[in-house]
Amino acid sequence: MEFDFNEDQKMLRDTARKFLEAECAPDKVRAILDDDSKTYDEGLYAKLVEMGFTGAAIPEEFGGLGLGYLELCVIAEELGRALAPVPFASSIFLAAEALLIAGSDAQKAAWLPKLVSGEAIGTLAMSEGNGVPSARNTDTRLEGGKVNGVKAVVPDGASANLIVALVRTSSGDSAKSLSLALVDASSGVTATSQHTVDPSRKMADLSFDGASAELLGGEGEGLSLLEQILDRAAVLTAFEQLGGATRALEMGVDYAKERFAFGRQIGSYQAIKHMLADMYVSQELARSNAYYGAWALSTDAAELPLAAATARVSGTQAFQHCSKNNIQTHGGMGFTWEVDAHLYYRRSNHLALTLGSLRQWKDKLATQLEKQNQAA
Amino acid sequence: MNFDDTPEEAKFRAEVRAWIDANAPKHLDEMLSTSTMGRSNIDPEAFRAESKAWQKKKQEAGWACMQWPTEFGGRGATPIERVIWSQEEGHYGILSGIFLIGQGMCGPTMMGFATKEQNEELLPRLASGEDIWCQMFSEPSAGSDLAGLRTRAEKDGDEWVINGQKIWTSGAHYCDWGILLTRTDPTVAKHKGLTMFFVDMKSPGIEVRPIKQVNGNSDFNEVFFTDLRVSDAQRLGDVGQGWIVALTTLMNERLAIGGGMATGFPELLSFVQGLDFDGTPAIKDGAVRERLADWHVLSAGLKHTSSRMISALSKGETPGPEASIGKLVAGSLMQEISLYAAELQEQTGAIIDTETAPFGGRFQAMMLRSPATRIEGGTDEILRNIIAERVLGLPADVRVDKDVAFKDVPKGA
Ligand SMILES: Cc1cc2nc3c(=O)[nH]c(=O)nc-3n(C[C@H](O)[C@H](O)[C@H](O)COP(=O)(O)OP(=O)(O)OC[C@H]3O[C@@H](n4cnc5c(N)ncnc54)[C@H](O)[C@@H]3O)c2cc1C
Repeated sequence: MEFDFNEDQKMLRDTARKFLEAECAPDKVRAILDDDSKTYDEGLYAKLVEMGFTGAAIPEEFGGLGLGYLELCVIAEELGRALAPVPFASSIFLAAEALLIAGSDAQKAAWLPKLVSGEAIGTLAMSEGNGVPSARNTDTRLEGGKVNGVKAVVPDGASANLIVALVRTSSGDSAKSLSLALVDASSGVTATSQHTVDPSRKMADLSFDGASAELLGGEGEGLSLLEQILDRAAVLTAFEQLGGATRALEMGVDYAKERFAFGRQIGSYQAIKHMLADMYVSQELARSNAYYGAWALSTDAAELPLAAATARVSGTQAFQHCSKNNIQTHGGMGFTWEVDAHLYYRRSNHLALTLGSLRQWKDKLATQLEKQNQAA
Repeated sequence: MNFDDTPEEAKFRAEVRAWIDANAPKHLDEMLSTSTMGRSNIDPEAFRAESKAWQKKKQEAGWACMQWPTEFGGRGATPIERVIWSQEEGHYGILSGIFLIGQGMCGPTMMGFATKEQNEELLPRLASGEDIWCQMFSEPSAGSDLAGLRTRAEKDGDEWVINGQKIWTSGAHYCDWGILLTRTDPTVAKHKGLTMFFVDMKSPGIEVRPIKQVNGNSDFNEVFFTDLRVSDAQRLGDVGQGWIVALTTLMNERLAIGGGMATGFPELLSFVQGLDFDGTPAIKDGAVRERLADWHVLSAGLKHTSSRMISALSKGETPGPEASIGKLVAGSLMQEISLYAAELQEQTGAIIDTETAPFGGRFQAMMLRSPATRIEGGTDEILRNIIAERVLGLPADVRVDKDVAFKDVPKGA
C-alpha cells in the first residue's frame, strides 16, 4: 500500500510552496482584497502558468504537461495555503475539467491550450439565485447558437473569456431540458461585480444578451455532466481547503506560543491547547479524506462520487473550523483587518459557498451511502 | 498513490489467508460477527477457552505475536506483516482481546528489562496463550497522573515487600502474571521514586476483587497487596527507573490500540437502511441523512488515516503520535452513534436484552461500553494534551508538583 504522494509529487509540493512563499505573500492577497478594481493578480497568474501549474493535468496534445491529477492536487493544496488570488480554480478545476469531460475534439483544441497558457480564463456558471440548480430554477436559454439570461454570483465572472453555463435547451421541468453551453464571452456578456465575503476571489453576476455559444456535451445532459464536473472540482477544492486549514492551524499554534496572558503563554492553557488539538484532528481527517478523493480521481474509480462528497464535506468543515478558531486564538487582534487571520476565514467561507453548500454535499454523500449499501 | 500490496506483501497475504481459511474456528463466526464491545452470546469463561484454543493453534503454526523474536515464541515479522495478519484475521481477532495487554505491552516491557532466562521461560507461555498477563499501573489516586501512585515497595534482604492497592486492572481475576509499578522512594520527585516488577498473580499477599462496570460486566478489578514478597530478581530496570520502564509499556500501548478502531458507523448505516418512519424509509429523512453524512466523514477519515499509517509502516517508517487521533475520534463517535441509533428505536431503544432489543441490542452494548473507550489508555483530555504538546509543540501544562518530593505533593481525597 502506498496511500501517499510519491517522492516526485512531494518535490513538486516543495517547489510550489517555495514559489508561492516568494511570489504570493499575504500582501499580494491583500492587494486584490483591498482593491475593487482588480479582479485577480495577473502577474502571479502568469508566473503560475510559466511554472506549468495550470497544465499539470491537461494532456500534452492540448498544451498541458499531462502529469496527472495527483500533481494537480498537490498544487491545489499549495494554492489554498497561500490563498492565491487568481482564477486558477475557476479556469482549471471547473472550465478545463468541463471541456475534458464533455468537450468535442474541436472544442478542446480551441480552448484548452488557451486556458493552460492563461490567454483565456474560464469559469462555470450554474445557479440563477437561491437553491440547487434545477430545471425549475434555470431560465437562461440557448437557442440558435445564442444565450440569453442571467447567472448569479459566478466566481471570476468578470475575468472570464470562456463560460461553461447551465442552460435550458427545451421547455419543461424535466432534467432533460437542461444542457451545458460553452459561451464565448467576447461579446454579449455583461459582468456586474458583487461585493462578496472574500474579495480576494471576486465574483460577478453575468447577464447574457445573445452571446455566441454552442452545446458542450449532449443535449439534455446538463445536470448529469454538471455532477461529474462538480465531483472532480470537489476533490481539487478539498485540497485547496486543506492547504488553508493547515496554514490557519499553524498560525494559531504560533500565536499561542508567542502571546502571554496571566504570566504564561496562552498555549499553556488547556482551553486553547484543546481547541488547537481539535483543529489538528479535523485537519488530519480532512487530509485523509482528500487523499482518498485524490486516489479516486486519479484512477477514475467507481467510488469517486462518494469520495468526492466526503472530501468536500470534510475539507469545508476543517477549513471553517480552523479559520474561525484561529481568529479566536488571536483574541482582539484576530478581529482586525491588519492581522491575516480574517483572510483565511473569508476564504474558508468563500470556498464553502461556491461549488454547492455543505447541505447539498451532505445530501449527495447520503445518496451515495444509500447506493453503496444497497450494492453491498 | 495506491492500495496495492508489494509482491512480497501479496505473497505473505496469500499465505496468511490460506492458513486462516484452513484453521479458523468457523463455528464461532455467528457469535463473533454480532459480538459488540465485549457483549456476546457466550459466557466469559467459555469465551476465554475459545480464545486460548485459537491462540495455541496460531502459536504452534508460527502466527502468534508476529513482531516478537522467534526464541520467545513470536515470528520475527515486520510491522507491515503484522498489519496484514490482523486484516486477514478479521473478526477472529476479537478472540485475542484478552491477550492484548500481555502481548502488546507486558511482553515488550519484559524484553526490554528482564533477563534472557526469564524471558525464555515466560514469554513463550504468553505467546501461546497458556498464560495471560495484566498491567497493574492505575491506582485509586493515580490514573492520568500515573506517577502519583502510592503502592509501596520496601527492600528486605534480596526481596521486596509490597503493600498498597491497584484499581481498574483489566483481567486480573484470570491473569497468571502481571507487571506492577510501585513507589520505592517517596522523598524524591514523583517520577524519580518509582520501580517496576513482574509478579506471579497467584502469590500469597495478592487479593483480586472484581469491579462491576456500567455495562454490567466485570472485566476490571481492584488488586490489593498485603506484605507481598517479590524477589529482587523480578525487578524490571533499576531502582528508581520505573517511570522510564513504564513509558516503554505505554508507548507500546499506543501502538497496540492505535489501528482501525471500531466506530459503530457500518452498523448504523445498515440499521438505518432497514428502518422506516411510518412507511417512509428513514434514510430519506433529512435529519438522518445529515447525521449519516457527518459521521461518515469521521469514520472514513479514520479509516484513511489508518491507511496512511500503514503506508508509512510499509516503507519502514514509524507512525508518530498522530496515532492518538484514532481513539480520540472513535470513542465519542461510537458514543454519539449509539445514542442516536437508540433514539431512532424510540422506546424499544431502552431494551438491552440481545434477544428482544432491536438490532440484537448492539447499539445498547455500545451505549454502555463506549464511555470506557474515552477513559481507558489515556482519557480524551490527556490525548488532547498529547496532541497539543507532542504534535503541535505547545507548552506543557503548569505543574505544581514538579521538583517537589512526592511526600509533599498536595493530594486530594
Ligand atoms: C475499561 C478500562 C480498563 C482499564 N484497564 C486498565 C488496566 O488494565 N491497567 C491499568 O493500570 N489501568 C487501567 N485502566 C485505568 C485507566 O488507565 C485510567 O482510568 C485512566 O488513565 C484515567 O485515570 P483515572 O480513572 O484516575 O481518572 P482521572 O485521572 O482522575 O481523571 C478524571 C478526569 O480528570 C481529567 N484529567 C485528569 N488529569 C487531567 C489533566 N492533566 N488535564 C485535563 N484533564 C485531566 C480526566 O481526563 C478525566 O476526565 C482502565 C480503565 C478503564 C475505563
